[in-house]
Amino acid sequence: MTRKIVIEPVTRVEGHGKVTIHLDDEGNVAQSRFHIVEFRGFERFVQGRPYWEAPVLVQRLCGICPVSHHLAGAKAMDVVVGAGTGEGLTPTAEKIRRLMHYGQIFQSHSLHFFHLASPDLLFGYDSPPETRNVIGIAMANRELATQAVLMRKYGQEVIAATAGKKIHGTGAVPGGVNKSLTAEERDRLLKGDGGPLNAGQMVAWAQSALELFKEYYRTHKDFIDRFSSFPSNHLSLVRKDGALDLYHGVLRAVDANGKRILNDVDYQEYLQHLREEVKSWSYMKFPFLKALGRENGWYRVGPLARLNTADFIPTPLAQKEFEGYKAATGGKPNNMCMHTHWARLIEILHAAEKMRELLQDPDILGGDLVVKGRRQPEGVGIIEAPRGTLIHHFKVGEDDLIQMANLIVSTTHNNEPMNRAVNCVARSMLTKAGEITEGMLNAVEVAIRAYDPCLSCATHAYGRMPLEVLLYDDRGQLLARRRK
Amino acid sequence: MTTGASSSRDGGNSARPVLVYGYGNPGRQDDGLGIALVDRLESWAAAEKIGGLAFDSNYQLNAEDALAVAESRAVVFVDATGEGEGPFEFRRLAPQAAIAFSTHAMAPEGVLAFAAELYGARPPAWMMAIRGHAWEPNEPPTAAALLNLAAAQEFLQSWLRGR
Repeated sequence: MTRKIVIEPVTRVEGHGKVTIHLDDEGNVAQSRFHIVEFRGFERFVQGRPYWEAPVLVQRLCGICPVSHHLAGAKAMDVVVGAGTGEGLTPTAEKIRRLMHYGQIFQSHSLHFFHLASPDLLFGYDSPPETRNVIGIAMANRELATQAVLMRKYGQEVIAATAGKKIHGTGAVPGGVNKSLTAEERDRLLKGDGGPLNAGQMVAWAQSALELFKEYYRTHKDFIDRFSSFPSNHLSLVRKDGALDLYHGVLRAVDANGKRILNDVDYQEYLQHLREEVKSWSYMKFPFLKALGRENGWYRVGPLARLNTADFIPTPLAQKEFEGYKAATGGKPNNMCMHTHWARLIEILHAAEKMRELLQDPDILGGDLVVKGRRQPEGVGIIEAPRGTLIHHFKVGEDDLIQMANLIVSTTHNNEPMNRAVNCVARSMLTKAGEITEGMLNAVEVAIRAYDPCLSCATHAYGRMPLEVLLYDDRGQLLARRRK
Repeated sequence: MTTGASSSRDGGNSARPVLVYGYGNPGRQDDGLGIALVDRLESWAAAEKIGGLAFDSNYQLNAEDALAVAESRAVVFVDATGEGEGPFEFRRLAPQAAIAFSTHAMAPEGVLAFAAELYGARPPAWMMAIRGHAWEPNEPPTAAALLNLAAAQEFLQSWLRGR
């Protein structure tokens, strides 16, 4: 009898995802899919609005990474107002935006590692689900949980100081920013108010989080190396000299062996290199590199991809960790899914170092905030959001109203890799498994969670976050229901 | 987090504020009801010079909010809901340790449990769930939701005066 397993929605993933796994009558995985009900109608809500509203409007898309949308929208509108493509801003404007972005990276990555990923790592993906969460972490390791809370809080405070407020920040505007930091704000973030919320402490805690992972890796190497691993291409922005740069750069892609397949192109030309495929069973598109076609052109984005495309990290402590990380694969691209957590932790350290560096830079107190030049009819803004490459593309009419918007979010880039990850784990865990346990189903989610998908669903009305697992036979009869 | 006019933060429990915490996305029509109510209550408390209150809001609740909970003598979470008769539901909350949090956000019961576990803080807490009806981007709140918001505001103003 063919059986169909449905995991809906996937837990600890923003929005609504659903996994379906079909088992044939011999218990083999016949087909697996990660479906996403993605909201694709946002672009039309932006049409007809004045271009200068875009950096604020796009934050309505998502309550999880609004800062990334804010900055990508602002970068696109920099081009429209003739301020250049990320390099024409005043030093104060660029550095304030970078500080905002690294604050966002720091708090988002910290949330993912400590609250979403570490329960699986510390307790095991098949441990009781009642304790496999952040409260379980607090019970098992109070110091770690306290650090996690304060790292999140620090990142949020950096965002509030640079964006103006926590909700619908207005800091980035076309051509620059509308505020810099006061000396008091700078001192508070740099030195803290006598407590641990200071830049140096964040660097130290980022280092200790990395040590925690590396210790885990020493004792679980086989699991971390093998779980859901498969070769892929990798894409991200890199700085023009090849350095890791999460705010601005050129587009670079490498294949699974490190061969350059997209060679540092200007992202204003992204449409010449990227295409999106539509499939009947998912609302989310499947992007690919045009030159390699649908079958071979798909790629990963995010921390794992970024540490594969970058040649080095331009902060000393993260660079040292990067060298150790690269040594694990002999300098070759890393295609091991669970190493994404390692890469994410190195990026947390890099973000902490960047924040400390920027807070010591007098330019962030400057008053020269905005530049404008010759008005352009369209602009593209790309940023490396926590989850990966985020593309905003706008066309603006002579009446200053937005005529066209195209957004490609990180999770869309990772659509094909996440589907492959589900298939990889389903085949290894569920084939001829007999009883399907909660731990096995969570293993499928662990593979998805490594990509930290954000499904753009900020509407979260109270009380509607169930997880339901349904088991059907080939005639559509419900065999079992699991709900938590 | 902002605190009301005469609130004191000297560490004594009686001097700790009552925290009113709204969450949701105000760019998603009725999803912003919680934040709208907190904005209104903050203005009301300032105008009426009512102290002992603290106000905060965000897109969603998360683990770091346990710290604000631990620093409060009572907490009222405010959110929109797509269920129920309306205009609102006001009910007591208890910490719930056996959470299965589904997204990057936490449920209020989970935040309470986290505060209890991490800081040993167990302030009494309530949920104000205001009935919303539509959740589209870029649209203003619905007329029905605004009526519900006004009813919730009237109720909470009276309730907070008694705290």
